[in-house]
Amino acid sequence: MTGTPEGTADVSPAPDVLRAEHVSKRYGAVTALTDINVHLGQGEVLGLLGDNGAGKSTFMKILCGFQPPDTGRIELFGETVSFRSPTHARSLGVDTVYQDLALVNQLSVYHNMFLNREKTTGPLLSNRAMRRLARQQLDEMGINIPSVEADVAALSGGQRQAIAIARCVYSNARVLLLDEPLAAMGAKEAAIILDLIRDLKNRGDVSVIIIAHNYGQALEICDRVNLLQHGEITFDKRCRDTSVEELNEIVMAEYRRALAERQRQR
Amino acid sequence: MSETAQHAPGTTGGGGPSASRPPGAASMMSLAGRAIMRQREVAVFLVVVLLVIYFGLINSTGRATFFTRLDLVNLAQTAAPIMIIAYGEVLLLICGEIDLSVGFVYAFAPFMMHFFADYWSVPGALAIILAIVVVGGGVGWVNAFLTVTLRLPSFIATLGTGFVLAGIVLTVSHGEQSSISSSVAGVGQYLGTLGFSEIIWAVGLLVVFHVLLRGTRWGLHTIAVGGNLLGAREAGVNVARVKYGNFMITGVLGAFVGIQIAFQTNVIDTFSGGAAYQPMFYAVAAAVIGGTAMLGGTGTMIGAFLGSAVLAILTDGFEVIGVSAYPLEIFFGGAILVAMIANIQFARLRGSGRVK
Repeated sequence: MTGTPEGTADVSPAPDVLRAEHVSKRYGAVTALTDINVHLGQGEVLGLLGDNGAGKSTFMKILCGFQPPDTGRIELFGETVSFRSPTHARSLGVDTVYQDLALVNQLSVYHNMFLNREKTTGPLLSNRAMRRLARQQLDEMGINIPSVEADVAALSGGQRQAIAIARCVYSNARVLLLDEPLAAMGAKEAAIILDLIRDLKNRGDVSVIIIAHNYGQALEICDRVNLLQHGEITFDKRCRDTSVEELNEIVMAEYRRALAERQRQR
Repeated sequence: MSETAQHAPGTTGGGGPSASRPPGAASMMSLAGRAIMRQREVAVFLVVVLLVIYFGLINSTGRATFFTRLDLVNLAQTAAPIMIIAYGEVLLLICGEIDLSVGFVYAFAPFMMHFFADYWSVPGALAIILAIVVVGGGVGWVNAFLTVTLRLPSFIATLGTGFVLAGIVLTVSHGEQSSISSSVAGVGQYLGTLGFSEIIWAVGLLVVFHVLLRGTRWGLHTIAVGGNLLGAREAGVNVARVKYGNFMITGVLGAFVGIQIAFQTNVIDTFSGGAAYQPMFYAVAAAVIGGTAMLGGTGTMIGAFLGSAVLAILTDGFEVIGVSAYPLEIFFGGAILVAMIANIQFARLRGSGRVK
């Protein structure tokens, strides 16, 4: 057991949709996660920050159903669940937008949005219905795509990410996991996604966990941030109660400790 | 597709060179150019038309017989087997695989039909169906098992099964041709004996497979599997099922064509000495000429149909105008290379946003 993380954001205004309690994960001799406690309120946007190797990806893989934790439990809408697979997690309302994007370049926007959930009449695809519903969903979410018939290959990174998110929302995701949604994106592209997440927050029916390592962007869009360091949550604060400087300071302190440790060992 | 699709909405500053485009005739030309680049079928269709005109003109000077009924039958019988096998290869190439063994299925299935009908007293129509569905589908299943379940590259897996099948055919036939049992011949005329029966099948199957690829979940998932394997899996597409299915479809088509050829030639041949590779190579070449990429994710049935027509017209055309068959394969090779260069370079142009 580690101490209570620094911060005061333990009480959420709304009941939690997702709780991870005392989650640990080891890979052989390597401890990836130690006694992680994370909670996500209804309609909340939680930023999960941390350096490379801090355990973000491991935690994400557990939440999306890719692998089970060694110990601890996941609670979804107040009930303990154990995800058998990402498909199982998705069927329970937890959907993930991966960094590598699950879109197929060679297919149109609307076929991508309905991939594996196609509308059909008999054996044939109902392309007209899918086009209409895709258009409707994108308009509703304020996503600006000139034509749903365009191949995804022709779209920008921001638009592609937005479509991947729209697909999850359309398939009734209640909890959305976004893995580095702003990675390798210019400011204008990132703005599309930040705007989209803000809209989701205003709708309030989807709760979001964003994995990020850019503190500025995270504080811009999240309600609350957790900081993962060497497999532990060391920081849990509302964004309005913290700053990029504070987060930087915590991480820099860790570097200084590690450096001092090395020098002592010499 | 409008230019704005390439940019984020609201990208006003630095719109780039695409912002201004010369109007009038130049844009008409570029429009036609883009139509050809985007719809590969249009380009291949133009090639077919040019070839027909070329061989037709030579015909009208009285030197040859390209448009006579006899030669149209020849043309149809050359083209149809390539087309039908190509439909299967297109499905496989789109989902990122290939089947080199299909020509050996083509040799193997008629022998099995012969055994079913003559040795095991299976009634005629049933013998044909068993040979097509069970033998063809079975070989496809083995190919899929090796590729999907045991994770061999399909190139190697089907190379292996092809050799095994060739050996089986030679062993069971003792290297001899067989004659067709009278019990199956009645049904056989609808498959391959009548002059145009094969091309009618090829056109009918074109419609079926075009709809399968463009209009059903199966086709969409095939494209998804080849276009983004991980992504398709993440979306919950049953990747293994798609690949198993397409290998089995290709096996069935190979068996079907083999039996058609047997009825057409009225003999069951062993296709020894590598002859069984020819239909497979032609089918893959036809798919590639028709715009199917070897990288997966793209390809069309109409393109494969037209690509097969190109190969068949070249084959028959040269024969009709009396040119030696020796240089024929130089043209084939050239056609494949030109098609592939076009595929890759157009894809690059599209990628850089200069087309579309």
